[in-house]
Amino acid sequence: MLAWTIYISFLGAVGLLLLPKSSVASARILALLTAIAGFAITLAAFAQHRTGELQTIIRVPWIPALGIEYHLAADGISLTLILLTGIIAITGVLFSWNIVERTKEFFAFYLLLIGAVYGVFLSYDLFLLFVFYEIVIIPKYFLIAIWGSTRREYGAMKLALYSFVGSAMVLIGLIAAYVAAGAKTTSLLDLAQFPFSLHFQMLAFPLVFVGFAILAGLWPFHTWAPTGHVAAPTAASMLLAGVVMKLGAYGCLRVAMTLFPLGLCPWGFHVLGLGSWRDVFALLAVIGIVYGALVALVQKDFKFVIGYSSVSHMGFILLGLMTLNQIGLTGAVLQMYSHGILAGLMFAVVGRMVYARTHTRDLTVLGPMNLNKIIPFAAVTFIIAGMASMGLPGFSGFLAELMIVIGAWRSYPAFAICVGFGIIVGVVYIWRAMQKAFFAEPGVESTTSQPPLPPITFPERIGAIILIGASVLVGVYPQLLLNIIVPAFNSPLFEGLRKGSWQ
Amino acid sequence: MTPINYAQLLRLALPEVIVVATALIVMAVDLLALQRRNIRTRFSVAAGIASLGCVGAIVRILLSPEVANILDGTLIANPLTHLVQIALLALTIFTLLLSVDSTFTEHVGEFILLILFATVGMMFLVGTQDLLVIFISLELLSLSLYILAAFNKRNARSWEAALKYFLFGGMSAAFLLFGFSLLYGLSNSTNLPQIAAAIHGPALNPLLVIAIVTTAIGLGFKVAAVPFHFWAPDVYQCAPAPSAAFIASGSKVASFFLFFQVMALGFAGSQGALTFPHLIRGWVPVLALMAIASMLLGNLVAIVQSSLRRLLAYSAIAHAGYMLLAIITHSEQSLAALLYYVFTYALATIGAFAVISVVEEKRGDDQLSRFEGLSKQSPIISFCLAIFILSLAGIPPLAGFFAKFYLFVTVLEASSSSASLLGLVVLALAMSAVSLYYYLQVLKRVYVTPPALDAEAIRPPLFKQALIVVLAASVVLLGCAPQLPLHWLLSAIHVAGL
Repeated sequence: MLAWTIYISFLGAVGLLLLPKSSVASARILALLTAIAGFAITLAAFAQHRTGELQTIIRVPWIPALGIEYHLAADGISLTLILLTGIIAITGVLFSWNIVERTKEFFAFYLLLIGAVYGVFLSYDLFLLFVFYEIVIIPKYFLIAIWGSTRREYGAMKLALYSFVGSAMVLIGLIAAYVAAGAKTTSLLDLAQFPFSLHFQMLAFPLVFVGFAILAGLWPFHTWAPTGHVAAPTAASMLLAGVVMKLGAYGCLRVAMTLFPLGLCPWGFHVLGLGSWRDVFALLAVIGIVYGALVALVQKDFKFVIGYSSVSHMGFILLGLMTLNQIGLTGAVLQMYSHGILAGLMFAVVGRMVYARTHTRDLTVLGPMNLNKIIPFAAVTFIIAGMASMGLPGFSGFLAELMIVIGAWRSYPAFAICVGFGIIVGVVYIWRAMQKAFFAEPGVESTTSQPPLPPITFPERIGAIILIGASVLVGVYPQLLLNIIVPAFNSPLFEGLRKGSWQ
Repeated sequence: MTPINYAQLLRLALPEVIVVATALIVMAVDLLALQRRNIRTRFSVAAGIASLGCVGAIVRILLSPEVANILDGTLIANPLTHLVQIALLALTIFTLLLSVDSTFTEHVGEFILLILFATVGMMFLVGTQDLLVIFISLELLSLSLYILAAFNKRNARSWEAALKYFLFGGMSAAFLLFGFSLLYGLSNSTNLPQIAAAIHGPALNPLLVIAIVTTAIGLGFKVAAVPFHFWAPDVYQCAPAPSAAFIASGSKVASFFLFFQVMALGFAGSQGALTFPHLIRGWVPVLALMAIASMLLGNLVAIVQSSLRRLLAYSAIAHAGYMLLAIITHSEQSLAALLYYVFTYALATIGAFAVISVVEEKRGDDQLSRFEGLSKQSPIISFCLAIFILSLAGIPPLAGFFAKFYLFVTVLEASSSSASLLGLVVLALAMSAVSLYYYLQVLKRVYVTPPALDAEAIRPPLFKQALIVVLAASVVLLGCAPQLPLHWLLSAIHVAGL
């Protein structure tokens, strides 16, 4: 049944294209209904599927000559991310209610993107996964290039090329694995059991991992993220930060780490104190956390603050993956969910609630407008999102980051301390942005905009409430997701990882 | 020597005979009955008759698939040649249908006749393993193509391009003939497998090295590989749209099949190898050099093009580079990958030229700026153009992606012996990332940039729109369900034993 999340999204995209030209309202409603249908299917599956074990949805031969199958399945990790995709899809539509230019096409590209994302999370055949992974690139490009703002064509092209280079690296690794196994199968489950030689894994692991991690915003390959997020229209930045970056992290975990678990083993020698790929990527992740936070601290553009905060938070996920212990990995998956929700919420506030009204994102201009008086809902939402993003207890971010830091403390005590520093800087940049954007400094004369800003609309309120609710729900009752994430790591897929360098 | 059975020869060549007869009928009908009608009607009738003839040839091949080998490979028929011939005929039909509604020339009958003659040349080309027949049919193909490229007499640049094509083509034919003569001298045979058996040896004869290089030059010209590519941009840009589409599609398929056959059969045993740091001399290093140069130059130069046809020409050079990898690998699987690749590439290219011809007719030329805002004015053909372009870029689930994937898989499967093939694949993938940039530049004009204020709406003729949609649908279908054609290809190649 879960497979219908993919089909419904694609059908919705086709349906949108068939609508008559002038039907803006019906396009929105159709898109919203499609997103809700996808989410409803996910919820139903979530309710049935309480254990988090791997469950096959459909498995039929596709190209038997090459052993390629159409194989969809879901475990707890997939389910968590599909849930996230559903939530972001619905709220993204709600926050794009103001799109009037080429509405049909906007939502068609949007649903195409959503469908492909569902596809990636559900694929258990490497070829199929790659197909969905690449389909994502094209709608992403058009969403930004057509409906974006600041330097949109540059940002869109940069994003498309970074993604494509990443996926080319992944493709090399996958073809090499396919050929090296020689078993005429692209099934993830089968290939993950194949004992590739240590030498091969040492070469293939970094290639595939970096290929995916480019999309996850791994420092120093993160530069597409801030420009892409800033250029994108609100819904697209929500999708980018909320879901598309998770595709990268998911690929790292699901493909790179399960196929080539030995790639994480020590090299047997040390370069600059680093003894394995695992150390290298953990270090890069920590640099990403601290660097992203520090750069976010000095931005003038409100959206760049959030863009760099995404880089910082994605660093947590990658670090969590590299801890290679149960708590760190679980935390990483939880952080994927949490960051998806919170980044979506923040981009919604910046892009839709503030920028679409004031037409500026310059913090020095926003401050004197005294937005907390004019659009208090936006201010309150941002404060809540900011608190969640800082990692206050009661929100999803707290537990996720706590688990990652505990995991990191066990594996890399020194890095855990750096992460602590990054968290503190995180508090500071959120605080600074919040104050500069919404509260006029004392002594500065407040400017009131002419004409007065339109009030926050109903869809925006609903969207914000859904996102806050999703974060609080998991923050208060994390067992909801942990119950399915933890068993997922016990599946045979992660056996190589458990036997290898698992701690 | 066995006596020649002419009846059998004729029966075997019946598909070709049907096409030739059709060509003559088209010519006669056009000259005798249609002279007074307007050009569009004449084109429609002539293309219709010619397409029927091609369908007849396809039906003939399908109904009585003979397996034969006459006179030591002078004329060969097996499932593989049948499959390639059917593909060529199908591409010819698409080209013919593309020319419906054209107005660029008054010599309609001659134009269609030449297309059909070129098709006959291609059909003989794939149905033989004999140097002489290869050369003759290659010349039949090439000479027809030169004239087709020059067919727009009102456009001086069309002549210029054709002259360039002819001069380079003549030179390369001379090289090819020189290489063939050396091969004959070395082996005392014109049959490819016999040549291979005769020239096989531990060390390469210096004359054989010259034969390899000159043959590679002659065939490299046909597939537009660097450094023998100079004709391609001009011909693609200035030839009439159906001619350009034909040169870019059918002729490419036939030439690549021939290239593979000559190298894998004729020079079997003298391929050499790509090993570091000391190459083993043979034709593999020569082709590897051409492939690397084609991938680099084609992709990098395509970035700066401002005309869509020129851009397609440089991207064709790049694609030739990728496809040369399959010849370098020369395994059964890689032949299947090559044929799948070149056929899907040809479909996408014909489709792109069909869209170009629609736009040119309304807006004068094929500058990228003419495509601005096309999606607002004619969403259907814009969408199809996007499918063709993305297929060329290798985005799933379109045919171009599976073709690339399969090609690289077969190359790597054969590369267990040498790491340099892996290097070539890495280069190819890196360059295809570059190619996404210029392909997206095209789509950016179509979808992102708003149309110019004075641009008039483009309403393509219904027939052409249907043709474009059919082509786009087949590109999508071949990408989503490659299993069936792949199965045919693999079993045919297996039976043919190449």
